[in-house]
Amino acid sequence: MSEFTTTEVIRTEGLIKRFGAVTALSGVSLYLRRGEVLGLVGDNGAGKSTLIKILTGFLQPDEGRIFIDGKEVRLRSVSHARSLGIETVYQDLALINELSVYHNMFLKRESLLNPFPLLNNQRMRRLAREYLGHMGVNIPSVDTEVAQLSGGQRQSIAIARAVYSQARILLLDEPLAAMGAKEGSLIMNLIRTLKSEGQVSIMMIAHNYAQVLEICDRVNLLQHGRIALDKPAAETSVEELTELVMREYRAGANQHRRAAAGL
Amino acid sequence: MAEDVLFAPPVKTEPEPMPKRPNSWLRVARLFLRQREASIVVVAIALIIYFQFSNQAFLSTQNLRTLSQFVAATAIISAGEVMLLICGEIDLSVGQVYALAPFIMYFANQAGLPLLVGLILGLIVCALVGLFNGLITVMLKVPSFITTLGTLFLINGLTLTISQGFPVLTPSEGWVNEILGHAAYAEIIWAVAIAVVMQIVLSWTRWGLHTVATGGNLLGASEVGVNVARIKIGNFILCSVLGGFAGTLEAFRITSIDPLAGGTDIMFMAVAGAVIGGTALTGGLGTIVGAFLGTLVLSILRDGFTLLGVSAFTFDIILGAAILVAMVLNVRLRLWREAGRE
Ligand SMILES: Nc1ncnc2c1ncn2[C@@H]1O[C@H](COP(=O)(O)OP(=O)(O)OP(=O)(O)O)[C@@H](O)[C@H]1O
Ligand SMILES: [Mg+2]
Repeated sequence: MSEFTTTEVIRTEGLIKRFGAVTALSGVSLYLRRGEVLGLVGDNGAGKSTLIKILTGFLQPDEGRIFIDGKEVRLRSVSHARSLGIETVYQDLALINELSVYHNMFLKRESLLNPFPLLNNQRMRRLAREYLGHMGVNIPSVDTEVAQLSGGQRQSIAIARAVYSQARILLLDEPLAAMGAKEGSLIMNLIRTLKSEGQVSIMMIAHNYAQVLEICDRVNLLQHGRIALDKPAAETSVEELTELVMREYRAGANQHRRAAAGL
Repeated sequence: MAEDVLFAPPVKTEPEPMPKRPNSWLRVARLFLRQREASIVVVAIALIIYFQFSNQAFLSTQNLRTLSQFVAATAIISAGEVMLLICGEIDLSVGQVYALAPFIMYFANQAGLPLLVGLILGLIVCALVGLFNGLITVMLKVPSFITTLGTLFLINGLTLTISQGFPVLTPSEGWVNEILGHAAYAEIIWAVAIAVVMQIVLSWTRWGLHTVATGGNLLGASEVGVNVARIKIGNFILCSVLGGFAGTLEAFRITSIDPLAGGTDIMFMAVAGAVIGGTALTGGLGTIVGAFLGTLVLSILRDGFTLLGVSAFTFDIILGAAILVAMVLNVRLRLWREAGRE
């Protein structure tokens, strides 16, 4: 046990988050090991994005504890989480349409022309070009406004922003949602490369179970705001995950039917 | 949507590698037209030509000085409003701090403090008004339109109370007065300097970048870690301070301090100037240079029609129509320019 805790980069205990009457998380306890790729799956509205936003410091949990590298922390803000090495690709991508690709990629970690407080656009432009080239992403120019890019291109930029930030912990909320086949496999390869380098730990949300099982070391299923299943990817299957989700769905549907019948 | 971004650095206008060197004249023209401000420059030049043909006195030294006085104070305020509009807010009360700041300076001076200290005290009070506007808007989630409508009346009442409704003479301290607006063209020099500095802040600093991000995508910006509350409150303070400074310059220029100076007139002129200059009321888009040029166009209209002897009643009708025409023209030219982009 003690041997494991030292390699855990994230551990949560009993995270609870409510939005008014809605309880999005009702006691999430999970962990992420160093160098591991953890897949987080679950239905729409299961609370996956809420969990990510708590781990990135954007939302504060109502109850529960968070440990980073074995030390308990209260993540005060996104900047605080970032200072601990956590970077995120949000489901909504968090891109600014009015800004260029490279300004988006360096938002909140801009290069400055020291000692002047002026932006070092040359450097940011060059690095952005370098990163996107490295990733194999095709965009017209890093000067393009993000508004003019396609959904997949936008997603690539959000991913590049997180991946090339020297983060130790990457939280990816449906990073493949808007990707075409080619771009999708580029990103899958990128995650594989990161995994083989072993420097970063990744938590990745996806709806495509096959993709999750292919790339992740371990899978967590989030249901009704709790972790309902935690298995190494090799020990579970698309069928098992589907069956678990469908069972829940049927149970919910039956409950509805009973309620409708006044039982 | 597909507008050129002025927040990008100068190098961005470097021409894409072109196969053969086409007509260099055409290239210059195209580079110029790619700038968002190009259309407003065209409008301004057209107006200048029209008024000069209508009345030879338009480009006389005398009238240019009058014109510069029309432009200066409004342009300073519009620089502040642009920053606020870009981050998705507005300040309706800026015309009231415009009147308040010189009174604070006056009373400080009466109490024996040097004028410069009085000026700084006035600006501090403006900053507090901006802070108040920002805190109410951001923390209590009141739309800034409402918050600043409230402070508009509040500050107006305050100024009228402390002045008892009467104008006073601006105290005199020689060179201080000259530099701060009394010397010929002093005010417009301040206005240009402020516009240049603010454009640099907007285009080449983190503050400017985060201001655009806040107005462009409030949720996204905060997800990335931009402190959107700080950005908004900061820009409220900035706008208020610029308003107070503009009012103080004007007080030095006309050598009297009027509790009814500025008001909603100058505030709406500044906002109209910003919008004519390409600032979107929905946030995320706008430039200080554009707002300066927009204010210039409005001032040319006002000055030109005054010179033509149009009566005060018909003047407002013409001005209103002209604002609409200027905006429509600006939008048309912009669309035309974008269509011309490959
Ligand atoms: N800001 C919010 N205000 C109110 N309710 C919210 C908010 N954010 C999330 N919720 C609610 O919390 C629950 C979980 O939402 P969440 O976005 O975490 O789901 P998800 O698992 O990411 O779903 P999806 O697969 O559709 O992205 C939902 O019922 C949602 O309506
Ligand atoms: Mg989600």
